[in-house]
Amino acid sequence: MTDPLVADLRRVLGNAAVRTDAIELALYGRDASLISGQAGVVCFPSNAEELVGVVRACAAHGRPFVPRGSGTGLAGGATPAGDVPPVVIVTTKMNRILEVDEEQRVAWVEPGVLNLDLSREVAHLGLHFAPDPSSQQSCSIGGNVANNSGGPHCLLYGVTNAHILAIEVVLPDGSVAMLGGIDPEPDGLDLRGAFVGSEGTMGIATRIAVRLTPLPPSVETLLADFATMHEAAAAVTGVIAGGIVPAALEMMDRNIAEAVEAFVHGGFPVDAAALLLVEVDGLAGGAAEQARRVEKVLRENGARSVQIAGSDEQRALWWKGRKSAFGAIARIAPNYYLHDCVVPRSRLVEVLEQVSEIAAGQELVLGNVFHAGDGNLHPLIIFDKRVPGTLDRVHEAGRQIIEVCVAAGGTLSGEHGIGLEKRDHMGLVFSAADLEAQLWLRDAFDPSGLCNPEKVLPRGGSRCGDVASLPAGAWV
Amino acid sequence: MGLTSTTSVLERFASEVGDYGPVCCVGGRTQWDVGGPVSSGTREVTAPAGVVAHEPAEMILRVRAGTRLEDLSAVVGEGGQRVALEGAADATVGGVISVGRSGVRRLGWGPLRDAVLEVTAVSSRGELIRTGAPLVKNVTGFDLCRLLTGSLGTLAFVAEVVLRCLPLPEVERWYVAEGADPFEVYRKLYRPLSILWDGRRTWVGLAGFEVDVEEQARGTLGEMFSLVDGPPSLPGPGRRSLAPASLRSLPSVVADAGAWLAEVGVGVVHCDSPAGDRLRCEDGPSQSVVELHRRIKENFDPAGRLNPGRQVITGAFS
Ligand SMILES: Cc1cc2nc3c(=O)[nH]c(=O)nc-3n(C[C@H](O)[C@H](O)[C@H](O)COP(=O)(O)OP(=O)(O)OC[C@H]3O[C@@H](n4cnc5c(N)ncnc54)[C@H](O)[C@@H]3O)c2cc1C
Ligand SMILES: Cc1cc2nc3c(=O)[nH]c(=O)nc-3n(C[C@H](O)[C@H](O)[C@H](O)COP(=O)(O)OP(=O)(O)OC[C@H]3O[C@@H](n4cnc5c(N)ncnc54)[C@H](O)[C@@H]3O)c2cc1C
Repeated sequence: MTDPLVADLRRVLGNAAVRTDAIELALYGRDASLISGQAGVVCFPSNAEELVGVVRACAAHGRPFVPRGSGTGLAGGATPAGDVPPVVIVTTKMNRILEVDEEQRVAWVEPGVLNLDLSREVAHLGLHFAPDPSSQQSCSIGGNVANNSGGPHCLLYGVTNAHILAIEVVLPDGSVAMLGGIDPEPDGLDLRGAFVGSEGTMGIATRIAVRLTPLPPSVETLLADFATMHEAAAAVTGVIAGGIVPAALEMMDRNIAEAVEAFVHGGFPVDAAALLLVEVDGLAGGAAEQARRVEKVLRENGARSVQIAGSDEQRALWWKGRKSAFGAIARIAPNYYLHDCVVPRSRLVEVLEQVSEIAAGQELVLGNVFHAGDGNLHPLIIFDKRVPGTLDRVHEAGRQIIEVCVAAGGTLSGEHGIGLEKRDHMGLVFSAADLEAQLWLRDAFDPSGLCNPEKVLPRGGSRCGDVASLPAGAWV
Repeated sequence: MGLTSTTSVLERFASEVGDYGPVCCVGGRTQWDVGGPVSSGTREVTAPAGVVAHEPAEMILRVRAGTRLEDLSAVVGEGGQRVALEGAADATVGGVISVGRSGVRRLGWGPLRDAVLEVTAVSSRGELIRTGAPLVKNVTGFDLCRLLTGSLGTLAFVAEVVLRCLPLPEVERWYVAEGADPFEVYRKLYRPLSILWDGRRTWVGLAGFEVDVEEQARGTLGEMFSLVDGPPSLPGPGRRSLAPASLRSLPSVVADAGAWLAEVGVGVVHCDSPAGDRLRCEDGPSQSVVELHRRIKENFDPAGRLNPGRQVITGAFS
């Protein structure tokens, strides 16, 4: 017997765009994290009107639904969860760049447009979309908006939120709202700002106005290697304290450098404890001046060598190395668990030391490749899940890493989001009153609780009323 | 930076706000009328003041909301940094954030809201709520920092904030020219600090390394522009928000209607009221946006006790 909801969805989208076969339900049961769930139905709307129809059908049937872009999320944000298998609404067919306004430096895009495709499309105008997650070849702008994604160049240019002007959203009840605007101070509350980073729990973005940023006229890229992690971290602090905000400041440890070098042959020193990839940009004079100052700080902090990219090819190769680090470690073991915590820059060394002790204690191999300039750590646990008991040790290490980061004055996530993965750790950084205030916001957008349920906020709180009835301490 | 160092001061503020009766939060009263008058008979409270800590190497500043801008700039400047807050000397950090408007350097500095990293606020229940973190990068939980920025004290009262700081540029210089095309200037300059236009004159602010500023001043701006002390003063209290490209047609729209100054590349127009009257946007927010405002207010302040009478959007809060 056909589910009446499926029949309604087929009326909206036609048969081909509504899938219920087991393989596809399994495929869309997870994102790029280790967490899997159960999809009830998978739908592929191809425009905003169809998407509205899908959400209305879900609302009418009281059925939960999950927005999904490319599924590269690492926190289980697009993983269907809950007792009733949700409808997964995939935006990959909504991938048109609708308008590029060169004068206003704005592009209107559908949510399924891939991050790098947009930058490629506007490069001939001397413009780009500044947020550049390492997954930018495959992640969608809708996913970037929902996760408020970062990337190496967000140190100087700011994360996704700084580059989103307006978002047309299908609210969970099926109504449509335009949040924000092309003008700088639209009336009312900053609903656009509140929606960015809401991880698909407040509605589905159908059209997004993004800010396009001029490409810098001059770029200098430096690669330095250090005998100790301690010196590399001190160099990071030295650069920032010296009044320079590089466009990017990335660190790789030895395990990662080895894997990456074997993969891209970029000339990465493989015998160093840590590498720093530093990029400065701007007008030619200032970029050269910054490069000089950065080189000096790197050497003062013990850099064994500092190379400066002499050509665009060399620079591109170094960045390819940095951005394919996660793929490269597949040479070491088949699985990885990628963490995402932020700590104050001044605590980088001590936290990294604790993190490596944690990995050693669980007999796990660790790599580190991260946005050092932001204090945004990405401890990468490399393992083979076929070895019995390994996954338990991975999860235990993950929990301990979160604890040491929080104890150092850090927080749970710098860019991957909370999703399902870190939901139950929210009590480590927020009080019950703080969490309840976040719920007031979510609940205003989605009083029904149908939109991506069970995400971000700890279990038990998808409606305001439920929170009051939670036992004391339920969040910790 | 101690998270708990100021808790008792903040708790005292929370208990002063309490959980009963209409109450409004007063800053420097420099923008007291934005959003309309507070209902008469509303009890007044003021947020605690004082800079808690400035950590240049972390690029952050922790400050209580009642701190005057004047007192703030001195502290941050000493550390060789600046924050993206502009306004009258008497304006307070809490007032600037609650009004949520950026200054004339927005083109270079970005909007005010991007500088707010953590907010500790007092809810309508008289409880302290904290959102964000004292870190330059963070996506842990929903973004109440941005929701509260520009909310005119209608959702919660700001008690303490952590702001992002940036290094002071090597130089900041301002130039002016008569009859230059500001849109052409915007197209040609790389990351200018500000471009202001009154229909006749164009002011350009450049900041950064001296070599770059010199190069742009000589090369791109050229002979036509001459050095001035700083930006011009604003023509009046009026403020309109327009799509940046629509500024092109401003002179014909507001011809002879009074003084105005437009932020090119941004879209804010400062004006005295006759010019401003012609720039009013006719179509208001959609029904669904009004409804979202209503539900947010209802959830954050069910009894409507915080800054009663103030409207962030026409017709949303009764
Ligand atoms: C190798 C690798 C490297 C990565 N590097 C980075 C990095 O450098 N920086 C970084 O920030 N992240 C990084 N990520 C994580 C991930 O790529 C980003 O979070 C990305 O923005 C997710 O986009 P997506 O389209 O894949 O979203 P999905 O995984 O499909 O979804 C992510 C979240 O967004 C919601 N969502 C998706 N589309 C919409 C929509 N239209 N409306 C509302 N909600 C929506 C989903 O419900 C979900 O909660 C990396 C991931 C991988 C696998
Ligand atoms: C000469 C002059 C030049 C200016 N230039 C600029 C400029 O360039 N750029 C710019 O952005 N602004 C500018 N301003 C505006 C200035 O920033 C504002 O004065 C400021 O935003 C308001 O601060 P205040 O402390 O005076 O707030 P008040 O006027 O006291 O209050 C304004 C609103 O904020 C609320 N509020 C105050 N404190 C809190 C709190 N702690 N929590 C919650 N709500 C609170 C009040 O209830 C009220 O609704 C200028 C003002 C003047 C007079």
